[in-house]
Amino acid sequence: MGQARRGYEGIVAAAPVTVPYARYSIRSAHWFCGRALAGLIGAAGLAKAEIDGFCVSSFTLYPDSAVGLMQHLGVSPRWLDHIPMGGASGAVALRRAARAVQAGDAEIVALIGADTNHVDSFRRTVATFSQFANDAVYPYGAGGPNASFAFLTDRYMREYGARREDFGRLCIAQRENALPVPHAMMKRPLTMEQYLNARPIAEPLRLFDCVMPCAGAEACLVMTEDRARALGIPFAPVLATVERHNAFPDDPIQVRGGWAVDIGALYDQAGIGPEDVDLFQAYDDYPVICFMQIEDLGFCAKGEAPAFVRERDLRAGGDFPFNTSGGQLSAGQAGAGGGFIGLVETLRQLTGETHGHRVEGARHGLVSCFGMIVYDRGLCTSAAILGRASA
Amino acid sequence: MTTKLPPPRPKDPTKRTRLPTRPPGNRSREAHGLTAMAAAGRFALQTCADCGTVQYPPRQVCGNCLGDRLQWRDVSDGGRLLAETTLAHSNDLFFRDRLPWRLGVVHADAGPSMVAHLAEDCIAGARVRLALSIDRAGNAVVTARPEHPTPNPEDDRQLREMTFDPKDRRVLIVDGKTELGLALVRAFAGAGARQVYVGHAQPWRRSPHLDAAREIDAATLFPLDVTDTDSVEELAATIGDKVEILVNNAYHLRMGGAVGRMDLNTAHDEMAIHYHGLLRLAGHFGPVMRARGADGAHGAAAWVNLLSAYAWANNPALGTYSASQAAALSLSHCLRAELAEGGVRVVNAFLGPIEDEWHQLAPPPKLDPAAAARRIVAGLKAGVEDIPIGAVAEEILARRAENPKEIERGIGL
Repeated sequence: MGQARRGYEGIVAAAPVTVPYARYSIRSAHWFCGRALAGLIGAAGLAKAEIDGFCVSSFTLYPDSAVGLMQHLGVSPRWLDHIPMGGASGAVALRRAARAVQAGDAEIVALIGADTNHVDSFRRTVATFSQFANDAVYPYGAGGPNASFAFLTDRYMREYGARREDFGRLCIAQRENALPVPHAMMKRPLTMEQYLNARPIAEPLRLFDCVMPCAGAEACLVMTEDRARALGIPFAPVLATVERHNAFPDDPIQVRGGWAVDIGALYDQAGIGPEDVDLFQAYDDYPVICFMQIEDLGFCAKGEAPAFVRERDLRAGGDFPFNTSGGQLSAGQAGAGGGFIGLVETLRQLTGETHGHRVEGARHGLVSCFGMIVYDRGLCTSAAILGRASA
Repeated sequence: MTTKLPPPRPKDPTKRTRLPTRPPGNRSREAHGLTAMAAAGRFALQTCADCGTVQYPPRQVCGNCLGDRLQWRDVSDGGRLLAETTLAHSNDLFFRDRLPWRLGVVHADAGPSMVAHLAEDCIAGARVRLALSIDRAGNAVVTARPEHPTPNPEDDRQLREMTFDPKDRRVLIVDGKTELGLALVRAFAGAGARQVYVGHAQPWRRSPHLDAAREIDAATLFPLDVTDTDSVEELAATIGDKVEILVNNAYHLRMGGAVGRMDLNTAHDEMAIHYHGLLRLAGHFGPVMRARGADGAHGAAAWVNLLSAYAWANNPALGTYSASQAAALSLSHCLRAELAEGGVRVVNAFLGPIEDEWHQLAPPPKLDPAAAARRIVAGLKAGVEDIPIGAVAEEILARRAENPKEIERGIGL
């Protein structure tokens, strides 16, 4: 047995910021990062120089990394991290930053997930995504993750008897959650008929199973509770985090993620169980991965998510508030920003700063993240539990 | 059963010819190990010499023990199709032209899971046979077929992009006057070629083989002399836009090495036919074939060179002949790179001595021309890039791989 993990006592997240999404943008990722930082200091009432740590995720900063971004934004932090984990970046950034603040290596860390989306930039990103993808996926015509998720969805349906209607329920509930959210790209309600009869993309996936790539940014701050109180801004305590990479490498195809390895560590650290979770933001570039998160994070047994979504109400006002801002399936996927959307929405719900529906009285929010299909499966998983500040 | 392809209809001249595009071709050095295996028609995967782990996609170190002694070993080609999808959308131009396109994830018996192009009759959950094929960009891809063959596999719409089944295709056999030429005409016609254009040089010389070729229904004869630029140009102008598989089988074999060779005429003739002849064909047929690489059912598919196995290792008894074959082999690699831009593949068949009049003094084993022709057609059906034909070719290949200096010192074949 290794050393016991320390908790995150006294460490909080605050200042949820979303730079409104655009389907295509002529601006660069630097612009989205810059506007996110402006949003953060505005929300927290800070001077730019008071932010002394940065944790950045972006696919489209190239040829820059977070390093070049610092000169671009005119800041000189004493702590800097660049997290190349795509959709899994949010909770990972949170846990990195929480430890840095806890240890005193930084006082206030800005977490920024941002990407631009030029016409054709998505194709270029996926065309050079990884060596394995170049060698063993992209040459097969699967331009992007659609085919990879089609395989996972097809397998899941065969293995556990899920039907398209089951995935449709989740997509429709999320769309309802998105309707009052101003920056969500999808503005109209989705019906089951529309979902089932949508244009095929990579069977069994159809149009509304797939996120729309877009430009945008999601961001927040990590600091001590004392600092947040001094600033007079709402905040949410960090209760637990986990991350895992390349879990279950011997599974011939992915039916579970690293959460299944770390579920015990996550809830133990938070001192709660799944039954205490009041809202759940799961990574949702395709509905099948939501099903895996619902299972792997303990809300039902493996293979029972189809029944779970039939029995439960996933709307913000329902008995299982899920992706309460509509998630990426309704908001759009702002590149690595998609790895932070769940974190930022969780923060909004727990601090009462919601843009859309509000889950009343929520005390514990679970956010889980997933990213980097380098070859045939997503390699990175992470999750975090945030609490509600005591008055 | 694979859906039968409709017989190609005459091309509509008012329709635009689709420009060739290629599937994504950016591969790592490690992945080109797969290309080498595919070129030889092998299903071999990267295997750790230390711990025996079979891995895919290829890497630089073993994903199990971190050793770097990684070798390519033939492995079981069996597997189970775990999941499938039919792409109705792709961001890639090559696949956009060919949608819908069906892919799967196969759990190989050898260990890894592999994304694969699927033959039509592959069924999710069922067993499949895996192969390494070469795609239109010239790189290895994994293909899966049903475990037990189903009818009409040659009609598979997707796999036809990676193989050169002669069925319904129009083929040019450059020299119909030799025994091997006739055997090729018969083999291609027998494999369902829609047209077999048969070239013949030297009108003053009668050939019983050409007379026999004339009697084959699918065959049409055309004058063609690869040593004559005008002749090549004229035929390219006549049928260049129809040839889908070009088979360059012109050869000129005479005995003799270098020492004491005062008269260079024979060596000139060998170069004129093997090297300059290939160059003339490439000059005149190459551009139009490259431009037609994606012309649907009428698309140019492959350029096949019949080379001597002595292109790999000089046989001093046939010293200048071997050298001219080596020149042709080198030029074929140039041609391969250039035709790849149009998605047209270059296939080289390497033959040992054939049982014909010019090989009178060559010791056995000698190839039966009909068997050699069948082997070439089989190689095209499988999409193999380098086809060694016969025991002599196989031996040269194996010895050269083991120790090129040994075979330089005495080929003994």
